Amino acid sequence: MEKDVILHVERISKHFGGLQIIKDVSLSVRKGERIGIIGPNGAGKTTFFHLLAGDLFPTGGKIYYKGREITNMPDFKKAQEGIVRTFQKNNLLNELTVLDNLLLVLQRKRGMANVWFKPRNARRTPPLFAEAEHLLETWGLKDIANERVKTLSYGEQRQVEILLGIAMEPDVLLLDEPTAGMSQAETTYIVRLLHQLPKDLTVMVIEHDLDVVFGLAERMIVLYDGYIFIDGTPDEVRGDERVNEIYIGKGKTVGA
Amino acid sequence: MNKQLFMGVVAIILLIAVPFFFSLFYLNLLAEILILAIFALSLNVLVGYTGLVSLGHAAFFGIGAYASALLAKEWSPQFLLTLLASILAAAAAAAIIGLFCVKANGFYFLMLTLAFSQMIYSFVHQSTTITGGSNGLSGLPSPMLGPVDLSNPVFLYYSILFMFVIVYIVLGLIVKSPFGHVLIGIRENEMRMKAMGYNTALYKYIAFMIAGAIGGISGALYSSLNGFVSPNDVYWTMSGSVLIMVLIGGAGTMIGPVLGAAFIVVLETIVSSYTTVWTMIIGIIFILFVVFMPQGLVGFARMFQKLAIHRLLVSQKGAKSLVNNEANQ
Amino acid sequence: MDIIAAQLVNGVSYGMLLFVITCGLSLVFGILGVLNLAHGSLYMIGAYVAYTLTTQRFENFWLALIIAPLIVAVLSLIIELILLRPTYHLGHLSQVLLTFGLAYVIHDVTSIIWGSDVLSIPLPPFLSETLHFFHQEFPAYRLFVIVAGVVLASCLWFVQEKTRWGAIIRAGLSDKEMISALGVNIKLVFTVVFLVGGYLAGLGGVIASPILGLYPSMEFQTLILALVVLVVGGLGSIAGTFVASLVVGIVETFGRFLVPELSLFLVFALMAVILISKPNGLLGKKVMKH
Repeated sequence: MEKDVILHVERISKHFGGLQIIKDVSLSVRKGERIGIIGPNGAGKTTFFHLLAGDLFPTGGKIYYKGREITNMPDFKKAQEGIVRTFQKNNLLNELTVLDNLLLVLQRKRGMANVWFKPRNARRTPPLFAEAEHLLETWGLKDIANERVKTLSYGEQRQVEILLGIAMEPDVLLLDEPTAGMSQAETTYIVRLLHQLPKDLTVMVIEHDLDVVFGLAERMIVLYDGYIFIDGTPDEVRGDERVNEIYIGKGKTVGA
Repeated sequence: MNKQLFMGVVAIILLIAVPFFFSLFYLNLLAEILILAIFALSLNVLVGYTGLVSLGHAAFFGIGAYASALLAKEWSPQFLLTLLASILAAAAAAAIIGLFCVKANGFYFLMLTLAFSQMIYSFVHQSTTITGGSNGLSGLPSPMLGPVDLSNPVFLYYSILFMFVIVYIVLGLIVKSPFGHVLIGIRENEMRMKAMGYNTALYKYIAFMIAGAIGGISGALYSSLNGFVSPNDVYWTMSGSVLIMVLIGGAGTMIGPVLGAAFIVVLETIVSSYTTVWTMIIGIIFILFVVFMPQGLVGFARMFQKLAIHRLLVSQKGAKSLVNNEANQ
Repeated sequence: MDIIAAQLVNGVSYGMLLFVITCGLSLVFGILGVLNLAHGSLYMIGAYVAYTLTTQRFENFWLALIIAPLIVAVLSLIIELILLRPTYHLGHLSQVLLTFGLAYVIHDVTSIIWGSDVLSIPLPPFLSETLHFFHQEFPAYRLFVIVAGVVLASCLWFVQEKTRWGAIIRAGLSDKEMISALGVNIKLVFTVVFLVGGYLAGLGGVIASPILGLYPSMEFQTLILALVVLVVGGLGSIAGTFVASLVVGIVETFGRFLVPELSLFLVFALMAVILISKPNGLLGKKVMKH
């Protein structure tokens, strides 16, 4: 494997009973690459992320990460190792506050998660809270820190969803439709945030908003019918007639 | 924070003072409440904090009770030894049962815990030689704390009170700690916790063992208090009772299970002196709580508090505006 | 060989009893998604009503067989309308707890009405005989139970496979929106299913209690057994409940015969094994939605 390949997917496939969602996908991702994944609904984009993140295991093929095979590594282990995903539908701890959600991410990162004899509050564990405050400030969520997630607007929840992913300090960040359902203003805001991600962070983004993904990605993958249809630069994909064909009837989606 | 500590200290002082002012009857009642409170607190770790509803918690109560009884009968009635035996036995059982149960969720977890607890019940009920079968074990020797004979109700009460305070403090620490917050996170959204990198199965397993071990403590205390254990202590209706206590008191809080245990025991004592339909009344009350007060007594108290504060603020505002109006005129 | 045959008859008939008792629970759980913990209580009411009908009113077992389940059905209707219909928004778990509270209530109510003595239901002479086949003796009632179980299973299977109501059951829909989308009145479906579940529980009470007896707390013991069968057989299939009933019946009977100290243990061990290795049961059709 090449030296700076961080993620290598080799001929993975995924069946569900008689249905084959992913048929044969291979790709190599270099550290720091920004990859956009597009394709019509049902092409298998989210399933592909599930396979990478460990929610599902491939029925065939292998996945390598930093040189090690991780094909059947469980989801929480992959998250520990640095492969972090955000969910297409907000999947937060709705009854807890934004701060609580964030603290759970941070306490594990700081190795504090198994402390059982000390209360977790601003007085007894200040560095944890300081880091949380800093993150919330940086990403502009300080105002809603103490609101319960379920009281937030959809867009705000989405921001929290992305923040949690970033707070994990991942090596590979899988963003599943980060701007789904957002207004134009919210989308612009998210795009700005995404451009501020660390340069050595490898990012793969599934998106339907083509403006977002074309602005962010240096490499585009078009998934169709469980295969990689095209793997090239944004210009190559934009210019390819066949891409328009497989999108016929879909048109441009929200955010245009 | 300080207010809670203050109230806790007051409560302990009051509880210590009980033997000086109340008769033996109330002492025994309180001892039973404290024991069942420990039992309810242990189940609350699973139900209230980790979100795992178990119908098999009587297994650990029963194992604790029988382990304590058997050790007292066959070896030594030393209280600390029998207590230790119960904790070890219950923890071991939890370690084994937990291995199978934590992989299950929801309905399956409910049924699996029920199945295991009934297995233990069946064994205890049908194995006449070791466990006394359906008659249970009676005539247990009085527990001893060193040279002190704990058959003296006051000493026994203090021992039970001491254990209750220890359990309450330890569990109180756990639920506020980072570890406790992991459990709460699992209750709220296990998939999200896994995405955060938590090995949720392992945390659930640990919670299961903590709950089992402490359940064992309550069983041991129970057998020391009564001098008698029976298969009924392991029957699934016992699991149902403690679940009712947790839910009526308020799951997911520390004081809730204690209130629930107290409420049930006191109600049973009062009601059963007037009528035999105690079970029906508990059933009706439980139904009312599930529908109208799902947060339990704790939730009710909080709501009451909010309402009272709201009324106070409103009346203050009203008073202020009256004063302002008068000042302006 | 005689002994084996006798035990086999016992096991199969016990299995059929379990089937009659459990099929109502399985139906309600499959459609409503609510595990009716008062199912044993409804069974018990059926048994007690049959007792009253056969010893005090009509002194006719067959009449009791017809009337008692109907009475339990009416009771189930009332329960569904008062307790369940207004509370579906609380969620499945809350409703399970409600049925648990209900079981407590019914426990004392029946205790007041019928007392806490051990009772038994007198059988018609025709069924109290011992029949002789193939040089063996078989208690007629046990054969009756086997026949009844098979007939019931056939009826339920027929409804499930050949009728419109059955189509809903087969689809395994406990998704309210889906059922409404099919143009079916969901509230009506739930009420009818619960009513039928109650009827079957009452029927079980009449048929099973001559063998199993009437005694305090019988409803809790019966409920536990029904839960075992439910788990072993899996959800959403009459066939599963039927097969599981036979398996549990035979395991318990032969267990009691061969290793009496462990018979009950074996039954629950079987339950645990199935839950661990085949959570959907022997013939369960779908993964449970929580």
